[in-house]
Amino acid sequence: MAIDLEQFKGIFFEESFEGLDAMESGLLEMNEGGTNLETVNTIFRAAHSIKGGSGTFGLGPITSFTHIMEGLLDEMREGKREATPEIINVLLESVDVLRELMTAFQNNEDPDVSHMEDLQKQLAVIRDSDAVSSAEINQDSDSQNSDESDEKETTVEGWNISFHPHEGLLKTGNDPALILRELSELGEITIEVDDSHLPPLPDMDPEACYLSWEIHLKGAIEQDQITEIFEWVEDDCDLELVPIYPARNKSDRRDQDRRVATSDDRRQENRRQEARRPSDKAPSKPATTIRVGTDRIDAIIDMVGELVITQSMLSQLGEDFDMSKLERLRDGLEDLERNSRDLQENIMRIRMQPISFAFNRFPRVVHDLSQKLGKKIRLELVGEETEMDKTVMEKINDPLVHLVRNCLDHGLETPEERIAAGKDDEGYVRLNAFHQGGNIVVEVSDDGRGLSREKILGKAIEKGLVKETDVLTDEAVFMLLFEAGFSTAEQLSDISGRGVGLDVVRRNIESLGGGVEVQSTFGEGSAFTIRLPLTLAVLDGQLFRIGGDTYVLPLASIVESLQIQRDSLGGVAGDAEVYRLREEYIPIVRLSDVFSTGEHLDDLENSLLVVVEWGEKHIGLLVDELLGQQQVVIKSLETNYERVRGISGATILGDGTVSLILDISGLVEISYSIRDALKPRLAAVNGRSLA
Amino acid sequence: MSKVMIVDDMASMRKMVTFTLESEGHEVIEADDGDVALELAKQQSGINLVITDVNMPNMDGITLVAELRKLPAFKFTPILLLTTEGAKEKKMQGKAAGATGWLVKPFDPDKLLATARKVLR
Repeated sequence: MAIDLEQFKGIFFEESFEGLDAMESGLLEMNEGGTNLETVNTIFRAAHSIKGGSGTFGLGPITSFTHIMEGLLDEMREGKREATPEIINVLLESVDVLRELMTAFQNNEDPDVSHMEDLQKQLAVIRDSDAVSSAEINQDSDSQNSDESDEKETTVEGWNISFHPHEGLLKTGNDPALILRELSELGEITIEVDDSHLPPLPDMDPEACYLSWEIHLKGAIEQDQITEIFEWVEDDCDLELVPIYPARNKSDRRDQDRRVATSDDRRQENRRQEARRPSDKAPSKPATTIRVGTDRIDAIIDMVGELVITQSMLSQLGEDFDMSKLERLRDGLEDLERNSRDLQENIMRIRMQPISFAFNRFPRVVHDLSQKLGKKIRLELVGEETEMDKTVMEKINDPLVHLVRNCLDHGLETPEERIAAGKDDEGYVRLNAFHQGGNIVVEVSDDGRGLSREKILGKAIEKGLVKETDVLTDEAVFMLLFEAGFSTAEQLSDISGRGVGLDVVRRNIESLGGGVEVQSTFGEGSAFTIRLPLTLAVLDGQLFRIGGDTYVLPLASIVESLQIQRDSLGGVAGDAEVYRLREEYIPIVRLSDVFSTGEHLDDLENSLLVVVEWGEKHIGLLVDELLGQQQVVIKSLETNYERVRGISGATILGDGTVSLILDISGLVEISYSIRDALKPRLAAVNGRSLA
Repeated sequence: MSKVMIVDDMASMRKMVTFTLESEGHEVIEADDGDVALELAKQQSGINLVITDVNMPNMDGITLVAELRKLPAFKFTPILLLTTEGAKEKKMQGKAAGATGWLVKPFDPDKLLATARKVLR
C-alpha cells in the first residue's frame, strides 16, 4: 500500500523543534548543576523520539546522528556516565546541528553535513573513551553476525515444529491460534494437538494454556521466517524446530529455484525503490501548524452550539413573524451579537501563545555569550505566561535577540569593571512581558553601565543627525540610537554588530504596528521597551469617507481630528501645503488626490483634517467626512489580490461593502510623488490662497 | 474491523499510525501518554489492540502495559510496544509486564499493517 508520509512531516518537524528546545533547556539546567533523573530522562526521551520519527520519515542523517547522542544520554540516565561540562557543551552543539539539519529538511534543501560529521566524531570520541561500553557494542554486533551466518546455509523441504506453550502464554495477549494461522501462510501445514496435559475440570484455570502442538510445515521455508513468528513468545514456550532435508538431487534443483527467486526479489526491490524515488521531486514545504489546548477548542465548540441555537430560534421567529414578537426578535439579535463576539474572541485566542516560546531561546543565548565575553550574567525571565499572537511572536524574535545581545555586549560590564564600580560582579538581563491596555509590552533591561548621553550626542552630531545647537531631552538623545546608520560601538563586534543597527529593530517593530522606547540612567543600566498590538488580525479602526467610498484608519495612529481654520493654513515648506497646529507645522496630504476622486478643493476652510502619527512626525490627512469607530477584521489584499502601495489591507463592513485600510507611510510616499506631478497646478493654487 | 488505541507522545507518529490503520478500515483512538491511555481504556469498550511507545512522559509504555493487564477487559488484548532496534532489555521488561510483542522503529506503513494483522483476529 502506498501511504504518503509527507503529510505527517510538518507535525514531525514541529514537535522535533519542540523536543530540541526541551533538550536545550534541560542541558542548560544540568550545566548549572541541576542534574536530576527527570531532566536527563526528558532529554533522552526527546532524542529518542526524534531518532524514531526521523527513521520513519526517511531522514537518515538525523537518525544516525541522534543514535550516537541517544547512546550517550542513555549511559548518563543509567548513571554509567557523568555529565561533565565538556559533554554538555558537545550535546548543546549537537542540538544546534540537529536544528540546522531539521531546518534544511523542512525547506527541502540539501543539509550541510560537515558540521554534523565533526560533531559525530567528537561524540564518538567521548563514547569510546569509556572502554566498557564500546566493548559491549562490539560484542553485540559479533553475536548478530554469527547468528546470520548460521541461518544462511539451510535449504530445507519442510519443518517439524513442536510448540509447547507455557501455561501463562495467553496472559501476554498472544494467541496460539493466531500463531498457527501465521505459520499456515508459509506453506502446507498439518497440525496435531496434544491435549494430554489438560487437568480435570475442577482443577482447570480457564486463563491458562494446557495445549501443545506438533506441526508439520512443508515448503522451502527459511528458519528465520519461522522464528520471526515465534519471536514474541520464545520465552513463553518450549519450541523445537527440526528441518526436513530433501534427497540430494532434489536439493540441487530447489537450491537453483531458490536462487532464481531471490534475484527476482531483488529486481522487485529495485523496482520498488525506483517507484519511491519520483515522490522526492518538488515536494512542497509542509504547512506550519499551531498547537491549541483542547479546552480552547471545546470552548469554541460550545459557542458554535449556542450560535446554532440562536440561529434556529431566529429562523423559527421569522417563519410567522408579527409585531407582537418584536421583543423576542430583539432578544434574539442581542444573543446573536453576543455569540458572535464571544466566538470571535475565542477564535482569536487560538493564535495566542505564551511568550515563553520566544523567551526559551535566551537561556542558551546568555549561556553562550557570557562565556564568550567573559562576563557573569544572570538571565531573569518575568511574565513568561503572557500570551501574544503567534504571528507577532515570530516577527518579534529577531528584534528581541538583537536587544538582548546588545545588553550583553554593550550594556553589561566585565566582572572587574563591575566590582570597580561598586556593583555585584554578576549582572543581569531581564526580559519582562505584560499586557497593558490593548498592547503587549516586552521590556529588555539590564543593570549595566547605562547609556552615555555625551557619547551618543557626539556621534549623532558627527553623523549629521542633529546639530550642536539642538536642545534635546535625554529621551530624544537615546532615541537617536534607532536612527539609520547609527552605531556607537567603536568596533563592530560579531555579537551585536553584524552590520545591522537598532534602526532595523525599530523598523521591524513599527511594521507590526508597535513602537520601541529606551530609558537609561548612566552607570545604573538601561531598559528597552517594546510595545506591540495584541494581534494582527483585528484592528480598532476609524471609518471615514472620501468621495463615495469608506476607508479605515488604525485608531491608534490618530492623534486628533479638527476643522481647518483658514488663518492656520500655509504653503511654507517648498510646494507642500502645511497646517499650523499649535507650534507645529503639519504637512497636509489630500486623500482625494491620492485616490483620484476628481475633486480638488481650492478652499480648505472648514474641511476635516485628521492628524496622524508618521514615525516621529505628524501628518494631516484631508478627509470628506468622519464616520464611526469600530473593530474591523483585517483581510490581506496580497493573498486575495496583490500588494497595493498605501493600502495595508481590507475589511468587510457591516453592510457588506469592502473598505480599504490605509497604510500611512505608503500614503505619504504616494502623495509626495503626486505632488511632484501636480507641481504647476499646486503652485497656482498656493499663489491664489496667498494672494 | 477492529478498534485500535495508539499511545505515543509524538503527534506525527500517532497521526501516521492512525492514518495507516484507518486506511485499512480500523477505528483508531489516540492518547499522548500512558495516563491518558489508561483513562481512555477504562472509558472505552471494545479495544482490540493497543500500540504504545515506550518512552513517554508521565506514564511510560511499560508501566501502561502492566496497568492495562490489571483491567479485566484487557487481560488478553494484544498490546504491542514501539521499540527501537536492539532495545532487548526494554523488550524483555515489556514482556514481563505483559506485552504481547513489539514493533521496531523505524517502521513503514506496510510493516505496521503486517504486524497488526498478526495479532488481530
